[in-house]
Amino acid sequence: MSSPTTVPAAPARNWATEKLFLGMPFGDYLRSLATPGNFIAGLIMAVGIPLIAYRFIYGLGASTNLSQTNPWGIWIGFDMLSGVALAAGGYTLATSVYIFGLEKYHPVVRPAVLTGFLGYLFAVLGLMADLGRPWNLPVPIFFSWGGPSIMFEVAWCVCLYLSVLAMEFLPPVFEWLGWPKARLWAVRMTIGLTVFGVMLSTLHQSSLGGLFLMAPTKLHPLWYSPFIPAYFFISSIAAGISMVIVESALSHRAFQNRIDHSVDIDGIALGLARGASIVLFAYFFVKLQGVADGGRWSLLFTPYGYWFLVEMLGFILLPSMLFAYGARHGRVTLVRWTAAWTVLGIIVNRLNVSVIAMNWNVPERYVPSFMEVMVSLTLITIGVSTFRWIVNRMPVLKELPEYRDSASH
Amino acid sequence: MKLNRRTFFKVAGAAGAVALSPARKASASTAAPSLDASRRGVLVDTTKCIGCRACEAACAETNRLPGATMLDDAAAFAAPRRTDTVTLTVVNKAAVAEPARFVKRQCMHCVEPACASACLVRALDKTPTGPVVYHKDRCLGCRYCMVACPFDVPKYEYESALPYVKKCTFCADRQAKGEAPACTSVCPSGALTFGLRNELLDTARERLYAKDSRYVRHIFGEEEVGGTSWMYITDIPFEKLGMPTGLGTYAYSSLTQASLAAVPFVLTLWPPLLMGIYTFSKRRNALDAHAGEPREEADHV
Repeated sequence: MSSPTTVPAAPARNWATEKLFLGMPFGDYLRSLATPGNFIAGLIMAVGIPLIAYRFIYGLGASTNLSQTNPWGIWIGFDMLSGVALAAGGYTLATSVYIFGLEKYHPVVRPAVLTGFLGYLFAVLGLMADLGRPWNLPVPIFFSWGGPSIMFEVAWCVCLYLSVLAMEFLPPVFEWLGWPKARLWAVRMTIGLTVFGVMLSTLHQSSLGGLFLMAPTKLHPLWYSPFIPAYFFISSIAAGISMVIVESALSHRAFQNRIDHSVDIDGIALGLARGASIVLFAYFFVKLQGVADGGRWSLLFTPYGYWFLVEMLGFILLPSMLFAYGARHGRVTLVRWTAAWTVLGIIVNRLNVSVIAMNWNVPERYVPSFMEVMVSLTLITIGVSTFRWIVNRMPVLKELPEYRDSASH
Repeated sequence: MKLNRRTFFKVAGAAGAVALSPARKASASTAAPSLDASRRGVLVDTTKCIGCRACEAACAETNRLPGATMLDDAAAFAAPRRTDTVTLTVVNKAAVAEPARFVKRQCMHCVEPACASACLVRALDKTPTGPVVYHKDRCLGCRYCMVACPFDVPKYEYESALPYVKKCTFCADRQAKGEAPACTSVCPSGALTFGLRNELLDTARERLYAKDSRYVRHIFGEEEVGGTSWMYITDIPFEKLGMPTGLGTYAYSSLTQASLAAVPFVLTLWPPLLMGIYTFSKRRNALDAHAGEPREEADHV
């Protein structure tokens, strides 16, 4: 579709001023960008973007601490595995609202879908940095199908789901552009996209765990389990919900002039906490089942076992209890901190599986290099900046009054 | 949006099309039975190896790689070495004083290779006669093969900006011309025997069960990870040779089968279930709106 910028000069400037520069003259807009937050973000990008270029010019050996023994580092464990898990809010919330009809959570669907889309986008960008030959990404899609590979399933699902998330986010984009017909067309796809999104998410969230089924001798037995796809899928739901709680709390602080003050964001957080509590509780017992099933009790009393218990008790059972307590007694602040703690716990779990408990019986350990950390940090920074750019322009946190009653989405 | 029959079929049809797509057909290449009579292998008899490292030199020559041929014997046997991107095979000295035992390591060319079933583009592929070959033009560089391989064989060219995976090819090109792999063709002591895998198993059993045999009564690679093309016999414990233990006798491709088998169920069961719930919740919300009293969410949980 052609953009309205192609029409003659005078309206074009108005369009740009209104849509891109927040209604300010260009000079004012530029000055408005000079904030401490933007300065820090700019600084991180100024260091990180050249490092990404360095990685592609000089290769993985020069930029990472990856080795023949430890071929996967934080670009997989953090950017990809954690990023995709934390982006699960998109399908979780879309299902709750559009399929289960829990209208109460409607105000947080759009930010959840946007967080999901950006989470996947930057997970894929992190993956591009990690892949040795990222320009071959079309090969598994178009040219050579490795059907029996779990990685093949992941590649297809992530590729399709990224497209689904982009399409799910079209209504606010069209509202921003002022294209009501296109918007109506996009809104009509909502249910189909949501169902397709749940199918794809079920498959790849679990398959990201399923990748490690192939490493029975390398992954520590407390983390290795035939149920690992189920662990990843169930925990992605808790991760997605927690991320929505954290993100909505931060958005309500950061975007005071963009939010709908009539929305009961505390009530939403408490309701989500209830869901997260139940999911984490189930997750705890499914993980415990894995220990029992494998007869791994004795391993709990080893150094890796203590670390496993930290994850189980500290990052799964504890937040489950705190969510339940917070939801029951209306302690919103507790719920929000618990959500942040859960997000951290999911990252810890993904790093445990992919890096920390991986090759546990080999002396050669992997510790990420400065460049790996910087590149991950840069991708997050660009992601957050993109989120802010979009939220400041498009109707994400607040419905536009002219569309409020036209359709339920 | 209204759920009518057409919408339902649209969603269900798309799901069915994905579920029935031929993506999984490729598993035939890795799931072929190990009884294939034309399958080649190598029997490594470590009691005959004299540690001359001629196989290392032949490998380096045929693959045009400098590798470990630079090392003298003292350096080569000082500590167990691993293969790398320029050394596709190494001969290590066993951790026993007497008798001196050496073991050649390289890709095992598994009967059902973990790497090939891990590879999302079939860059690593099992050929019917034995070699696991690498189609480098397809490779994405995800390094999942390295994670999956129980023998840590695939090595990555981290130092290159245009990296590839490197591993022993079992001299697939030489085998295609009817020649033996370079390493086995130069072995002066009879430690390496190249031949049909089934016949090599017979040879190995004859040696193991001969009168006064001192061999450990185990053929490493007969059943490990579902069987390998390279098989080892020895008269000292396999751990002392540095061979991995606790690998299991199942093919690693079987580890993901349950997970992959769930895919069609997810694709066919989710849409009707979710559409059913959608219809229900829509009706419920409509009735509630009609009754004029907005319904509380399931707050009783």
